[in-house]
Amino acid sequence: MRFDTPATTNPIDQLKVVGQPTDRIDGRYKTTGTAAYAYERHDVVPEQAYGFVLGSAIAKGRIAAMHVEDAKTAPGVLAIVTTLDMPRLERGMMNAAYLFGGPIIQHYHQAIAVVVAETFEQARAAAYLIRVDYQSEAGKFDLAAEAPNATLIGDDSGEGSSGPPEVRVGDFEGAFAAAAVKLDESYTTPDESHAMMEPHATIAAWDGDRLTLWTSNQMIAWGKRSIAKILGIPAQNVRLDSPYIGGGFGAKLFIRADAVLAALAAKAAHRPVKLALTRPLIANNTTHRPATIQRIRIGANRDGTITAIAHESTSGNLAEGKPETAVSQTRLLYAGANRLMAMRLTPLDLPEGNAMRAPGEAPGMMALEVAMDEMAEKLGLDPVEFRILNDTQVDPEKLDRRFSHRDLVGCLRLGAERFGWDKRSPRPAQVRDGRWLIGAGVAAGFRNNLLTKSGARVRLDRQGVVTVETDMTDIGTGSYTIIAQTAAEMMGVTLDKVVVRLGDSAFPASAGSGGQWGANNATAGVYAACVKLREAVAQQLGFNAADAEFSNGDVRSGNRSVPLSQAASAGELVAEDLIEYGDLAKTHQQSTFAAHFVEVGVDAATGEVRVRRMLAVCAAGRILNPKSARSQVIGAMTMGVGAALMEELAVDKRRGFFVNHDLAGYEVPVHADIPHQEVVFLDEVDPMSSPMKAKGVAELGICGVGAAVANAVYNATGIRIRDYPLTLDKLIDRLPEAV
Amino acid sequence: MSDPGELNVNRREVMVGAGACAALAAAPPSVRAQPAPVVTPVMTQVSFNVNGQVRTLELDTRTTLLDALREHLHLTGTKKGCDHGQCGACTVIVDGRRINSCLTLAVMHQGGAVTSIEGLGTPDNLHPMQAAFVKHDGYQCGYCTPGQICSGVAVLDEIKAGIPSHVTADLTAPVQLSESEIRERMSGNICRCGAYSNIVEAMTEVAERQG
Repeated sequence: MRFDTPATTNPIDQLKVVGQPTDRIDGRYKTTGTAAYAYERHDVVPEQAYGFVLGSAIAKGRIAAMHVEDAKTAPGVLAIVTTLDMPRLERGMMNAAYLFGGPIIQHYHQAIAVVVAETFEQARAAAYLIRVDYQSEAGKFDLAAEAPNATLIGDDSGEGSSGPPEVRVGDFEGAFAAAAVKLDESYTTPDESHAMMEPHATIAAWDGDRLTLWTSNQMIAWGKRSIAKILGIPAQNVRLDSPYIGGGFGAKLFIRADAVLAALAAKAAHRPVKLALTRPLIANNTTHRPATIQRIRIGANRDGTITAIAHESTSGNLAEGKPETAVSQTRLLYAGANRLMAMRLTPLDLPEGNAMRAPGEAPGMMALEVAMDEMAEKLGLDPVEFRILNDTQVDPEKLDRRFSHRDLVGCLRLGAERFGWDKRSPRPAQVRDGRWLIGAGVAAGFRNNLLTKSGARVRLDRQGVVTVETDMTDIGTGSYTIIAQTAAEMMGVTLDKVVVRLGDSAFPASAGSGGQWGANNATAGVYAACVKLREAVAQQLGFNAADAEFSNGDVRSGNRSVPLSQAASAGELVAEDLIEYGDLAKTHQQSTFAAHFVEVGVDAATGEVRVRRMLAVCAAGRILNPKSARSQVIGAMTMGVGAALMEELAVDKRRGFFVNHDLAGYEVPVHADIPHQEVVFLDEVDPMSSPMKAKGVAELGICGVGAAVANAVYNATGIRIRDYPLTLDKLIDRLPEAV
Repeated sequence: MSDPGELNVNRREVMVGAGACAALAAAPPSVRAQPAPVVTPVMTQVSFNVNGQVRTLELDTRTTLLDALREHLHLTGTKKGCDHGQCGACTVIVDGRRINSCLTLAVMHQGGAVTSIEGLGTPDNLHPMQAAFVKHDGYQCGYCTPGQICSGVAVLDEIKAGIPSHVTADLTAPVQLSESEIRERMSGNICRCGAYSNIVEAMTEVAERQG
């Protein structure tokens, strides 16, 4: 199905099932521990042996020799594959780092060997018997030191965040120089780790030249092509299966070392091999969100109208890596006739920087929305009103290109009312509650909506059960449930008559999970397949497809009503289709919007920051399931609190690695850090997005949260911190004098 | 029920096997002066009660309780998130108390009673805490969820039993159920998807129904 004109009325608009806050259909499996994740698939293939991965102990250089004799003769060992056993393997799609093979070390904890043994304990013990002779080389590990050498570079994150090396509209320098009120500040965000709860894990089995990977991957079709490229085998010989994924946040968008080494190990051991990356390997072996240094300049008239805005960002990566696209949102979020955006990249020998939840916007908004707060204060304007004043309904770089639907103003106004924004003191450090200094902060949220083709197959059996098959993944996002809701709505059945099967590369290729594009595109693909199945049903029952109604398990036209199941009485009906898009995303800018409000308390003596209240108001098209969508947003708000207050991969600038590479050293929010969270979705549809009229929310929820926290800390204390995270050491010597 | 019996290995043998492994893990290969001795696994029989059934296993003494459940009994509901006692995904209830099953060796639980997530309820017969998690959407990816639920059940028991926490204001008065008590006690169970707000609501509902 080609979607190239705005959606009109369709069966989804009935909202009998879609749009309802249904419990997740996979909930009873997840809550009982019966949902099987990659490492747990004991039943899929017999004789599984255990693999254990060894990581490099140096950040840059080469391996001169590896001594594996002791490990080979250790009890239970079946095979050892070292990086010296083969030339460097091809890189996977969208990877910056090479995952295995050859003597060259690009980064710390790069995989250098896998040991296969009968048991996990044996494989682990043997792995530590391998001795490695390294030739270490000096590397570049300090972003701030290298930043002056950074060069202009354009990029598309592939996740809705993009830009050429430099964007110029009007005359930024002239307008900024002439502006009545100006801001010119720099902000930094640190390297961050996805830290999803399930480590990267894979079971690999060969059947002749055919490879099956039971793995944990967000993008099945990418993964299939990618592992084929890395191993040099035909893609049609590869099957991936990921029905349950224990979180990803971008870390599992791509094939990583677990899949490659499981496949190599299984080949060497002539046995199926299961392995997981150990927790301490994940920060340095896989990918992370790169640190940024951002400079923002804003010039405005005294009335608050922005006349000039510039956002420049510098980040580092491996030689073949990409920049963090942190300026992307600033191209679209606020009006202003004179504009300058620039991205710069400098080579670093740290592990690979790549997409983490809302790549680009998440760190970009952490800077931009603090700058907007600072500018509002300079202008003597309320920060909510300052944002509303500079709202735009058109792409500021192409004034004849409108947003498909944009209600940032509605988010800000409703949010201010619900939060009690009028009770905030505009002057900082004025409100005290016992030992706590109290402050409130606001930030806009912004993230693009991406359209990407997505396929599905639907089956109708003689019991009237509708089965959906697509390689779409559910990484906690609620895909199972919203796909079931879509199929139920389209075929006129209840949810208990729908079966959803996901994550298998044998199924039609879908949008996959990334860039908050999963929900809208994957359900639109199911919609397309269901339209075809409705036609097949109508034909089978002698109805005209155009005027047949599907409801309550029946198909009806005029006075005639037939049970849906009867269409399959002579055999199962199967339909397959995909949604493809025309140029509606080019003619109209499609984005999602939010307003984040946060109240914090800062300990007047210690500088400890506690989040007391959080509210997000989101405008993101039709919400397919308000319960699971709300969870996506509160989860993103939680990760935003982490980014604001605690998350930072600490770089050892001499040895070149992330030091705090586990869940004790890399702190993420825990229960005690997060208060009750409120989420409001504006009641809207976006007919430009798809027949579902929905957009993404999962990344919108994180964009702006960190800045709202930082602005609240400023409001509480009068201390403006421009270097994340806002740990207490940055506050304690500047706290207001105790009265 | 069969008698779980005594450990048929002496304490010294257990310590040699497990200790050698820990020493190796702590020392990076590049700085080790001497090749480490090859350790022959010490096998032993251990019996404990898992979810109401006595299970007897022949185990490498280095096997954690977590791996005994997941790899030997195929009870994979208990999750391995870090294998370091840092995340709480492996939480099970042993002899009435919640523990991180990755931080304890299986052989230390001879004769013990283990309740894992599978022992609380099944997809067609959910435990009230499991049902409340579904109702309040107290999970997303589901990987930390069994640990959260086992912890959640144990936390309500701890509060009932009057065990104080860091946020208990009055150590002499009975412990009151509150959101701050729940949040404090649940803080060893990380949920990176960020379902905390919903988990607290689920637990509060179960606690209020229990009275």
